[in-house]
Amino acid sequence: MRDAFLDELSALAREDDRVFLIVGDLGFSVIEDFAAEFPDRFLNVGVAEQTMIGVAAGLAASGYRVFVYSIGNFPTMRCLEQIRNDVCYHERSVTVVAVGAGFSYGPMGYTHHAIEDVAVMRALPRMTVLSPADAVEARVLTRYAAGLEGPCYLRLGKNGEPRLHQAPLDVDEAVGGQVLCEGDDVTVLATGSIASLAVEAADLLRGRGIAARVVSVPVIEPLPESVLDQARGTAGIVTLEEHSARGGLGSAVLETAARMRMTLPVTVMGTDDSALGRHVGTTAYMRAMNGLTVQSVADAAASLARADGPSNLSPGSPRA
Amino acid sequence: MVVIDSQDLARAARVSAVRATHRGKSSHIGSCLSVIDILAVLYSGVARVRPEAPEDPARDIVILSKGHAAAGLYSVLAHSGFFPLEWLADFSLDGSRLGGHVTSTAVPGVELSTGSLGHGLPFGVGLALAAKRTGAPRKVFVVMSDGECDEGTTWESALLAAHHGLDNLVVAVDRNHLQSLADTEQTLRLEPFAEKWSAFGWEVLTVDGHDHDGLRSALDTPRESASGEQRPRVVICETVKGKGVSFMENQVLWHYRSPDDKALATALSELLPGAEDR
Repeated sequence: MRDAFLDELSALAREDDRVFLIVGDLGFSVIEDFAAEFPDRFLNVGVAEQTMIGVAAGLAASGYRVFVYSIGNFPTMRCLEQIRNDVCYHERSVTVVAVGAGFSYGPMGYTHHAIEDVAVMRALPRMTVLSPADAVEARVLTRYAAGLEGPCYLRLGKNGEPRLHQAPLDVDEAVGGQVLCEGDDVTVLATGSIASLAVEAADLLRGRGIAARVVSVPVIEPLPESVLDQARGTAGIVTLEEHSARGGLGSAVLETAARMRMTLPVTVMGTDDSALGRHVGTTAYMRAMNGLTVQSVADAAASLARADGPSNLSPGSPRA
Repeated sequence: MVVIDSQDLARAARVSAVRATHRGKSSHIGSCLSVIDILAVLYSGVARVRPEAPEDPARDIVILSKGHAAAGLYSVLAHSGFFPLEWLADFSLDGSRLGGHVTSTAVPGVELSTGSLGHGLPFGVGLALAAKRTGAPRKVFVVMSDGECDEGTTWESALLAAHHGLDNLVVAVDRNHLQSLADTEQTLRLEPFAEKWSAFGWEVLTVDGHDHDGLRSALDTPRESASGEQRPRVVICETVKGKGVSFMENQVLWHYRSPDDKALATALSELLPGAEDR
């Protein structure tokens, strides 16, 4: 995702001389090409995230469309008030880009686990929150972010995520939510690279006679109602994210469903508070420690599908 | 260009600020009175701003980073013609667009909403950097409090501005030596203050923050970059908190206390009543 983002950003910068990239002394081996091609529209502020956002706001106020790049929680939580006051309340076109969504940096320890960021960013006024599932989505959402008037948070994985889309997407397709698997029994709404688990779970469920519809949801805020419309006619919704079960995609789905007066059952799958800070390991290991596995997603979906009609499936064990 | 006399402007703004904080039952009159001379000098010819075109792309930028001195800034802006004097009448009251901390929304002349300290300088650095990158002859003035220099962003930004040679950036520090609870040196020692800025790579001038001629010559940096080393400038303005009202001067109490009727009457008798009507 990271390479796709920077590649697309370079393309955007060639088309639009307002595109500016600020980094907080991170991006070794990936930002050099941009910096070399656009030296007048690149700035490394050093290890100074709060100043980074303030400077971004000043550049945006001067007419630039600013992308701010760092990893994990550094460009969000470390400088939250700068994002709130200087960017959001002033309605400035600044896109905060965080590489290392969820447990992308799992082995590095919990300082580098970004699993509350979406909740925090979603709470800010006028903020668009984007969470692509693979490099194809990352590319199109980068372009989408560049066209937005106002603040945006773009949450990226790292590199090497499973590719879920075989062909490029156009913006409208991506924003409305992409069906990754067709099925009428139950819906899984997933965001970020963990959507690949939902696809695998759908394969597993198929063997059990359950057809799960898997939808990738790259726009968490404002969540398009069309995403929930995709769940109509199925037994219920499982939401899946590599993020806290409070305040992220699951919450956005519940809030939107309530607003739409939808009565479908929703099972929210996210990280497990009791596990946080106690484990270090690969992304897959960290997901498993948080109860986020192909099996658990399949079980949660099966549980909703079974409740909807006669079935002899065993009960699932969702970890909400 | 504003051509109002800075002394007239400061005198009128002091009266308006005291009245506004009295009516609004709001805090920070001491902070307003210490910074008003700095603002009056900036808005009477040093900063290239035009009240009739507050969003002129060619304007200079003035940022009041110590946003709690809102009544001071609003008074200076109103007396400079950026918006009607009548707006001051409901300062910080229900429905007012003039909040108790500096708010830019729908207020002509205000460049950044402030009130959380340490936001103005990073924003100013961004604007100054943008001007450099685009070749615009813009100057950026950031007015800060001395207590604000406790904030880490001050020094992050000080490094950044010097590193990039932003000689189009001028910081004025309202050095009144008092912060929220006590003297700055008792709270979190700033001295040797000038040396700190100097060590960070800034050109440092220290002036009497109530002497308009001294302020003007210190704040009015050349618009063209000098040859040789390019440095941002900080002007340490030695000021008196509560300046102009004897019982408020150097009293930390007036960081928070709002003038009651009696205090207002006494203050106005000292501040040349009638100045607001000029």
